[in-house]
Amino acid sequence: MSTPPQIRLGLLLLFAPIVFWLALLVILPHVDMLLISLRVRVAPREYATSLANYAEFFTEPLYWNTFARTAIMSVTATVMTLLIAFPVSYYIAKMVRGRSKTFLFLLCLTPFWVSELVRTFGWMILLRETGIVSSLLLWSGLTDARVELLYNDAAIMVGLVYTSMLFMVVPLVTTLDSLDDSLVEAGYDLGGNSFTVMRHIVIPHAMPGIASGSIVVFMLTLGNYLTPKLLGGKDSLWFTDQIYTQFITRFNWELGSAFGFLLLVLSSAIVWIGLKLSGQTLSATVR
Amino acid sequence: MPVTSPSTDADLECVQLVKRFGDFTAVDDVSFTIAEGSFFSILGPSGCGKTTLLRMIAGFQRPDGGDIRIKGKSIVALPPNRRPVNMVFQHLALFPMMTVEQNIAYGLKRRKASRAEIARKVAAVLERVGLPELAGKRIDQLSGGQKQRIAIARCLVLEPALLLLDEPLGALDLKLRERLKVELKELQAQVGTTFAYITHDQSEALVMSDQVAVMDRGRFVQVGTPQQLYFEPRTAFVAGFVGDSNRWSGRVEDTNGTEAIVITTNGLTMIATRAGEPALSKGDAVDIFVRPEAIVLGRDADGAGGCENRLPGRVESLLFDGANSRVMVRHPATGGDIMVALPQTGELMGLRRGEDVYLGWRARQATCFAAAP
Amino acid sequence: MIPSIPQPPAFRVAYGAYVTLFFLYLIAPLVVVAAFAFNDSLFPSLPWNGFTLDWFFGDRQPRLGLFHDHPLLRSIGVSAFVAVWVSVLSVAAGTCNAFLFERETFPFRDLLYVLMLAPLVIPGVILGISILVFSNTVINSVDAVLGVEIDALRPGLLLVVLGQFAFLTTITTLVISARLRKFDVSLEEAASNLGATRMTAIRTVTIPYLKPALVGAGIVAFLMSFENFNTTLMLVGSDAPLTITMYDRLREGSTPVLNAVSLLLMVVSGVLGLISIFVQRDRTAP
Repeated sequence: MSTPPQIRLGLLLLFAPIVFWLALLVILPHVDMLLISLRVRVAPREYATSLANYAEFFTEPLYWNTFARTAIMSVTATVMTLLIAFPVSYYIAKMVRGRSKTFLFLLCLTPFWVSELVRTFGWMILLRETGIVSSLLLWSGLTDARVELLYNDAAIMVGLVYTSMLFMVVPLVTTLDSLDDSLVEAGYDLGGNSFTVMRHIVIPHAMPGIASGSIVVFMLTLGNYLTPKLLGGKDSLWFTDQIYTQFITRFNWELGSAFGFLLLVLSSAIVWIGLKLSGQTLSATVR
Repeated sequence: MPVTSPSTDADLECVQLVKRFGDFTAVDDVSFTIAEGSFFSILGPSGCGKTTLLRMIAGFQRPDGGDIRIKGKSIVALPPNRRPVNMVFQHLALFPMMTVEQNIAYGLKRRKASRAEIARKVAAVLERVGLPELAGKRIDQLSGGQKQRIAIARCLVLEPALLLLDEPLGALDLKLRERLKVELKELQAQVGTTFAYITHDQSEALVMSDQVAVMDRGRFVQVGTPQQLYFEPRTAFVAGFVGDSNRWSGRVEDTNGTEAIVITTNGLTMIATRAGEPALSKGDAVDIFVRPEAIVLGRDADGAGGCENRLPGRVESLLFDGANSRVMVRHPATGGDIMVALPQTGELMGLRRGEDVYLGWRARQATCFAAAP
Repeated sequence: MIPSIPQPPAFRVAYGAYVTLFFLYLIAPLVVVAAFAFNDSLFPSLPWNGFTLDWFFGDRQPRLGLFHDHPLLRSIGVSAFVAVWVSVLSVAAGTCNAFLFERETFPFRDLLYVLMLAPLVIPGVILGISILVFSNTVINSVDAVLGVEIDALRPGLLLVVLGQFAFLTTITTLVISARLRKFDVSLEEAASNLGATRMTAIRTVTIPYLKPALVGAGIVAFLMSFENFNTTLMLVGSDAPLTITMYDRLREGSTPVLNAVSLLLMVVSGVLGLISIFVQRDRTAP
């Protein structure tokens, strides 16, 4: 049986947007970026293929230190987000019922509906030297003078964890919600205590949620620009800031492209390792 | 391909229809006609090809061979939306985002009927299925039985030459199904549209149909009235599938023109009537079928007087189900169980488990078929 | 550790306190941003000098309110323009993609699906620079071959729209696919059985069924476009969308007019968010 021609035409039309989108806006730009990262300017308007940009990354300590620092801070932020979000997600999924459950869950989503810029602005008002927290500390007598709480790693961490929270809470609540209460009851009934039930029943069940939440949070943190820049100030040393500097300030697109590509490789590698370790697939994670 | 002359009183005519999926032949050389205004059922176990057959008539599958004609005209080349047949889907497929009225008007709108005509016809068909008050309701506000009738009304309003029904009672609970069986039959008689109904439930087919086709592994094994299928099955499959039966396997010991003496695998000797093709001869493997209600049950041997086949037995269990009550009787020598209908006349009221009874049945109520290879 | 398993009261109290603290953490930055929009002071910080609506309606410097701050108002217009285009385009493309992945079979389908997901994994900054680099390459190549300069592909609103479209289409595709997957194909068959052509069946049955997902995906795309910063930063030209304008002001230090804009954003996103939750609530499920 052959497909009627008008159906084949329909299939072609259906292909048009995805081909335009993926080819022109995703694949070709990244290929182009890779090509540009592999060239150096030898004379005005003359280029040669070379690995010099990557060599510069590895020989200049500032660059790879920033790179490593960004990766380590992102891992730390991911772990902290998980540790903070898990008890809360468990509370929402298992300890409350009905309307208050929906309400708490929606409350967790609210920061997401507000621009990251606004959220970060809020933290700046809270943490700056003339800000709320500093005033509270002074007023309560815990400090003698106003303290600057902005522009350090702790401030960056607070902002990153805050921004990422939603992406951890939603998958965790979803998977924990699907855990049948009777499994927990059976765990206790068979002689388990809170620790063993958590360790052998709840956490294994929540593993897909933990994995997808952590992957998403890590990715977003690694690629974040605004939060480290605004809360960390000049010394934030975030790798995306390096990319911005190379592209916009120094106009060194070759080195900037190499940086972009390295960040993409790191991000993809960690996502891939995370998926492999937890036995998930990308397609399953997004569903 | 032999050309059958189109008969004027046939609404649907299928000629040597074939449908294959890879190596699997779902519909294998099926030919039949459905007379105008009749209720025709296709009965078969799941996977027998009946849904494929229906979907070919509706136009959702292309046949690999053969022809489908409606009122003498071939419709194989027509797309589904141009065929003069309408279908009631298994899960009804009522449009959930539309009201009852909009559902029924859907087909008329596609025909570009005028607004006034649509309103008139929708009201008329709702009246005909007895649900005029439901016009403005949403689909999720209807009960199972109401949905059923709206799905049928949505098709009837288009005055199709043929209405196809794909197990529309399958998803309903037993009580509702029993009631709707009767309603559907009455509705069909009242509107006079030809119905082609597929089901795996033999009781639905027997209760509602004028004609039933029994389908097995892609082929029609027998087409006939419900009575013919029940009392004169032509193959072992039909005898086993339509109604309940006791069944024995055995070999032919001796045979004359109409009857055969058979020794069953558990050592009983029976006299049975031969049925179906091909003719049997000594030594052939056969299956014998005896309906539970064809067996005479008595407390003493005299009760089974005129029967060619007689057996003693002991009541193993009583399965009380009102008019459908059965007795399981165990034959002590072989240990085999025989299912017997419990007469409701009263003399066997006090029957208990463990009582000795006598069974008997006539040779013409024991049909034997060549065993399926 | 579920309500049916008894726990020591101390544990319950501690757990409750922890969850309360968490929600305080969650809500605190938003509350202070909103509150300082009404502080009668030139800086968004303590002390509290009393209530004022100047940061919304003030009409002269230095107390220029949001509704008289023309650069700010213009950037809101730019953002809205971009967001409308991005949501229309990404919902249209997402609908096509959903039909492609849920209805059709073709070679390399799984590979294409993974590629479709890729924009989720690409950091926004990198997506931005790759499009910037590529559009520059296209300009140079076309200039070299045809001698025509395509100025539209210089950093500007077109690139911003394309850049946001590039990652939002993945999200709209996922949202619309999820709904289409639940669609019972026999509804389309029923439509065609009742006389509809394939296109009519899709228009009258499938699209109305998808409507909640289309509206929901459109709102999500609109909001995410409005709020996007990373990709936009790399592609922006002279017309700055709101987030870019706010970012510049934030770095220079600004009056509480920024709080007023933020509050407005919160209210609008909150309303749109509620609408999207409301329309996606499934009333037609069987």
